Amino acid sequence: MSISVNGSTEKLPEDPRVSLLDYLREHLQLHGTKKGCDQGACGACTVLVDGERILSCLALAVQYEGRSVTTIEGLASDGAPHPLQEAFIEHDGFQCGYCTPGQICSAVGLAAEVRRGVPSHVTADLSAEEIPLSHDELRERMSGNLCRCGAYNGIVAAISQTYANQEAR
Amino acid sequence: MIPFTYARAADAEDALRRGAVAGARYLGGGTNLVDLLREAIERPGTLVDVTGLPGTIEETADGGLLIGAAARNTAVAEHRAVRTRYPVLARAIVAGASAQVRNMATVGGNILQRTRCPYFYDPGGSRCNKRSPGQGCDATDGFNRSHAILGGSPSCVATHPSDMCVALAALGAVVHLRSSGAERTVPLTELHRLPGDHPEIETVLEPGELITAVELPGLPLAARSTYRKVRDRASYAFALVSVAAALEVDGGTVRDVRLALGGVATKPWRAWQAEEDLRGGPATEESFRAAAEAELAAARPLRDNGFKAEMAKRTITAVLGELAGGGA
Repeated sequence: MSISVNGSTEKLPEDPRVSLLDYLREHLQLHGTKKGCDQGACGACTVLVDGERILSCLALAVQYEGRSVTTIEGLASDGAPHPLQEAFIEHDGFQCGYCTPGQICSAVGLAAEVRRGVPSHVTADLSAEEIPLSHDELRERMSGNLCRCGAYNGIVAAISQTYANQEAR
Repeated sequence: MIPFTYARAADAEDALRRGAVAGARYLGGGTNLVDLLREAIERPGTLVDVTGLPGTIEETADGGLLIGAAARNTAVAEHRAVRTRYPVLARAIVAGASAQVRNMATVGGNILQRTRCPYFYDPGGSRCNKRSPGQGCDATDGFNRSHAILGGSPSCVATHPSDMCVALAALGAVVHLRSSGAERTVPLTELHRLPGDHPEIETVLEPGELITAVELPGLPLAARSTYRKVRDRASYAFALVSVAAALEVDGGTVRDVRLALGGVATKPWRAWQAEEDLRGGPATEESFRAAAEAELAAARPLRDNGFKAEMAKRTITAVLGELAGGGA
């Protein structure tokens, strides 16, 4: 039983009770993914599985056999930060930083969903082929990621610059 | 979590064989069940992972759609036929949970998710007939702002939390079930049971029976449908009140209508009475309000949730007005 994490093949735990979050943090020592609420309410544990954002705290690791997981540690390429990581630094998209890995992984998944045309709660026209990533769309689509410092303005600006190609306010 | 064994079902036959073992539970995306395992509210001996079963969305002979039970919520909401022919379903799904949860959650799991009643979720400190049959209910006399005003009993007033199911109820969706050697279909509106004296028995499913698909009937009326959710936050919160509706108006007269409510009842609530009152009547704000009054006549408010009856009436009236073109 194996799983791919940030490009390397890893052995899954024997105990089916181990969450994907605990597996990443405690078994693989990948501490970038954070445990906030451990009950699916805060989004701090968000990772990408085959490019889709999920909550690793509500995922049993064994369910993801054969899948490809990307964590915050896997977003950089050749030592250079991901463009969204650069944007978070530029726009002060954090204060304490605890929610940041989840925010960034979530936004990477968000961008793929928007490109695919997945509608959101605030999408006016469900039949639209393309959905622009407006300020309201961005905020709604990121509502599963909480930031207790309240760095939302910087978070929205960073994601907007990276994926909506515009300065949000 | 207490120990359990885990097996990934290769197909429905395999799932049914493994699911027949006492103490077995089917596992979908895990967004509810894993949380309940961690709280030791669910204590299965075996988890049978059914996420590898069919999750395709196919056209049916009568112009409807057949959605495999393992389809992720996101996959349903983004499907073009759902968005254009059943907008109420796409809107209900994206009104629920967060994008991450919708990417994980399956259609079958969404239907069978448990209530989020805080007393149900507090095994250490609260009594709950749903969790521990016969123990009593601390919600009835407790803080019950989020609880049901329709379909409750002295034993239980917990709401069914799904948004998706409210749309499925309005659309007249049919759930396909399979057990060893038998297949059957049950309308979604008859799948969940009212709590009565046994709130721990939540559906008509037999032990080991598996949801394999959900069928949406061909329903041209549904092209003009929507879902409105009223909640404490703008996003990522359960409904206080929600309304799923489809409406066909011809010359100022209601030709046909589908209406269901969420957040106010112990199961996804099809508003049969309101529909009957509306059909053939004038498509006016007055008649929409009158139908809503009739539907909510049976409401039994608790100490803290009396506001839900008026909120439901206003939301029904507004949504029907919007669909009629009046933008009420």
